[in-house]
Amino acid sequence: MRLYNGASVPPTAVFGIIVIVLYALIAIFAGQLAPFAETEIVGMEFEPPGGAYLLGTDNLGRDMLSRLIWGARNSIGIALATTGIAFFSGALLGLFAAVVGGWADQILSRLVDMLISIPSLLFALLLLSIFGTSILTLILVIATLEMTRVFRLSRAVAMDVVVMDFVEAARLRGEGMWWLIRREILPNIMAPLVAEFGLRFCFVFLAISALSFLGLGIQPPTADWGSMVRDNAALITFGDITPLLPAAAIALLTVAINFVVDWMLHRTSGLKD
Amino acid sequence: MSKPLLTIRDLKIEGRKGNDWLPIIKGVDLELRRGEVLGLIGESGAGKSTMGLAAMGYTRDGTRISGGEITFDGMDLRGLSERRKRGLRGKRIAYVAQSAAANFNPAHRLIDQYSEGPADIHGLTSQRDAAQDARMLYARLRLPNPDEIGFRYPHQLSGGQLQRAMTAMAMSCKPDLIIFDEPTTALDVTTQIEVLRAIRDAVRELGTAAIYITHDLAVVAQMADRIKILLRGEEVEEQPTREMLANPKEPYSKSLWAVRSFEVEERPVPTDETPVLRVHDVTAEYAQGIPVLENVSFDIHAGRTVAVVGESGSGKSTMARVITGLLPPTAGQIALEGTALPPRLAQRRKGDLQQVQMIYQSADTAMNPKQTIREILGRPIWFYLGLRGRAQEDKIRELLTAIELDPNEFIDRYPGSLSGGQKQRIGIARALAAEPKFIICDEVTSALDQLVAEGILRLLKRLQDERGLAYMFITHDLATVRAIADYVVVMQNGKVVEQGPKSQMFTPPHHPYTKLLLSSVPDMDPDWLDRTIKTREEA
Repeated sequence: MRLYNGASVPPTAVFGIIVIVLYALIAIFAGQLAPFAETEIVGMEFEPPGGAYLLGTDNLGRDMLSRLIWGARNSIGIALATTGIAFFSGALLGLFAAVVGGWADQILSRLVDMLISIPSLLFALLLLSIFGTSILTLILVIATLEMTRVFRLSRAVAMDVVVMDFVEAARLRGEGMWWLIRREILPNIMAPLVAEFGLRFCFVFLAISALSFLGLGIQPPTADWGSMVRDNAALITFGDITPLLPAAAIALLTVAINFVVDWMLHRTSGLKD
Repeated sequence: MSKPLLTIRDLKIEGRKGNDWLPIIKGVDLELRRGEVLGLIGESGAGKSTMGLAAMGYTRDGTRISGGEITFDGMDLRGLSERRKRGLRGKRIAYVAQSAAANFNPAHRLIDQYSEGPADIHGLTSQRDAAQDARMLYARLRLPNPDEIGFRYPHQLSGGQLQRAMTAMAMSCKPDLIIFDEPTTALDVTTQIEVLRAIRDAVRELGTAAIYITHDLAVVAQMADRIKILLRGEEVEEQPTREMLANPKEPYSKSLWAVRSFEVEERPVPTDETPVLRVHDVTAEYAQGIPVLENVSFDIHAGRTVAVVGESGSGKSTMARVITGLLPPTAGQIALEGTALPPRLAQRRKGDLQQVQMIYQSADTAMNPKQTIREILGRPIWFYLGLRGRAQEDKIRELLTAIELDPNEFIDRYPGSLSGGQKQRIGIARALAAEPKFIICDEVTSALDQLVAEGILRLLKRLQDERGLAYMFITHDLATVRAIADYVVVMQNGKVVEQGPKSQMFTPPHHPYTKLLLSSVPDMDPDWLDRTIKTREEA
């Protein structure tokens, strides 16, 4: 039933899937693919592309290509973990608030409103300077901030489902909350949640890159696409596109993910008809 | 004979499904003269509304006219440009939809929406004259305060008033033809009679031709000069109203007439046994101090059906919420087999919940669209009876057989792929899966076509006989009450105005409200409307 028999996958989605798989492979096999180690200084600073260094070297003389490959692992891994945590907690709390309603809903919603009212980048900077800039705190801080958006969305869409007769029927049957959330409501709000996941992943990715660019994200010498843009920003003045390569890597992944999400959305709404 | 106003010849309309075009209307003829009213009847999916829209030269998205001709007053509507057709619509052909509440713009006053057609779009009159006309039409359609009502917003009117205001809008340009698409289906019987009267008188006085679409035979008998019956996009037969009622020729027409013949023989209320469910002096309120139920008491015995009747807002659905524990009463109690049930759902034990099951009005929203029939029925079987695996599977199949659906065909399907009647049967099976003693049926047949509804009633009756179930039937339809009830509770404004065995309720003397309800149900007799109005005006 879940398989899409017969109908073809649109070319945009095929492109998206290929890109995502490629990124995943690069991240997994970074050790085998990268010509040099992550932090190894191999040559002069800012060497032009060509020769042993396919994409040239960076501001400390590290191989750009190797840094890009290693960066895939860090950037994607951290973004994925962050989005995953944000989604798990946000959706669970949102559904809980929608199902229980009343005081629980009020308290959770007002807490989330409070968090949302603070500009998120400033708040992240503040928290990171308080708790330090380890990767774990980075993940938790961004996940907490992104969780508020997921909470609002899942609560809003779940509210429409909670009032349906089949949820009332389940309540009358005596079903517990976990059943209501997992079996009655969640399957009916998957489509918007999946779409949101694609979007949130991109936002998280950009947020981490932005923090790294500002120096509070992933710390050197760990390779990460956001901080790589910053490290090599000086080159832009000389008309060199090397610092834009990590930015392009981010953009390509974002586009690919959104292609796939679009297709999945069509598929789930098509099943409803 | 004058020339016909509207002629439809061999009309064929197709609807898109995936990459295919499936026929919806398969070659139907229709002819309508000035001042004539044609009743178009049939089940849902028969193509009534599609025909009605085609008479305006319009087709819904995803449908197309694939053959035939539509001639309106000498003009070929199929050949006309969209611009010319738009000029006709509203001005010479008007349309009244089923739900006036959904078709008015809630942000504008009625009178502004009224004058939009004649003054703004077609430029027939000035705003001032249009407003003047509106008042006259409002008066003619018997709206209260015709001089002021136009200055209200749609939400300030009742459903019946809105339906009349919409009819006034349709008449605003003095059209030659009005298409009424189930204009009274969403209304209570007592409101319906007013709307029917207003529409019929206005149509007669203005000499407008009309196509009246409905699935209710008794209603169409009051309104139409001729009746045309459609079935799956084809004409079954067409005859003048009186002849059609007296002497339907085709077997399908006869079967439509026969629906109302189903009636359960009344079984006496046992006097010496504890009722399965006792509602004792229940008062309930949503907001503090505003009671929606006041001192309601009645008993329901095993193997018997109690019908709770009343208009919308009478508190009959609230009664179901109190019994199930969703709305704890402020006073009084509900007793199951002599033991008082805790007022709140959360306080009730699983065994109590199991005994009280519910079947919903709208089977579409009562079933989780993401669960298969196997999951929908399997869950209560596991939850209440603790059956798993093979035993659970057997039980699901047994239930599907009991509701007359083939287990092999249906067990792995999703509710979305089922027809309305089939979905309602699954709703029944889900209630049965708990093996309850008592089932609340909340308007279970009101969303269904008459033939399908009758099948559901027969099924419920058989299950009751086999399993000794007690039913509480919430309904506003007295035909359903007559068909299935043993005992009737009439409610108005949250109070029980009268209760008693069915035979007693349907024979005089009645409580005034019961009498009003009973006399508002249309008969198959074309003179019923005139007669009823006359009797009421004399009284």
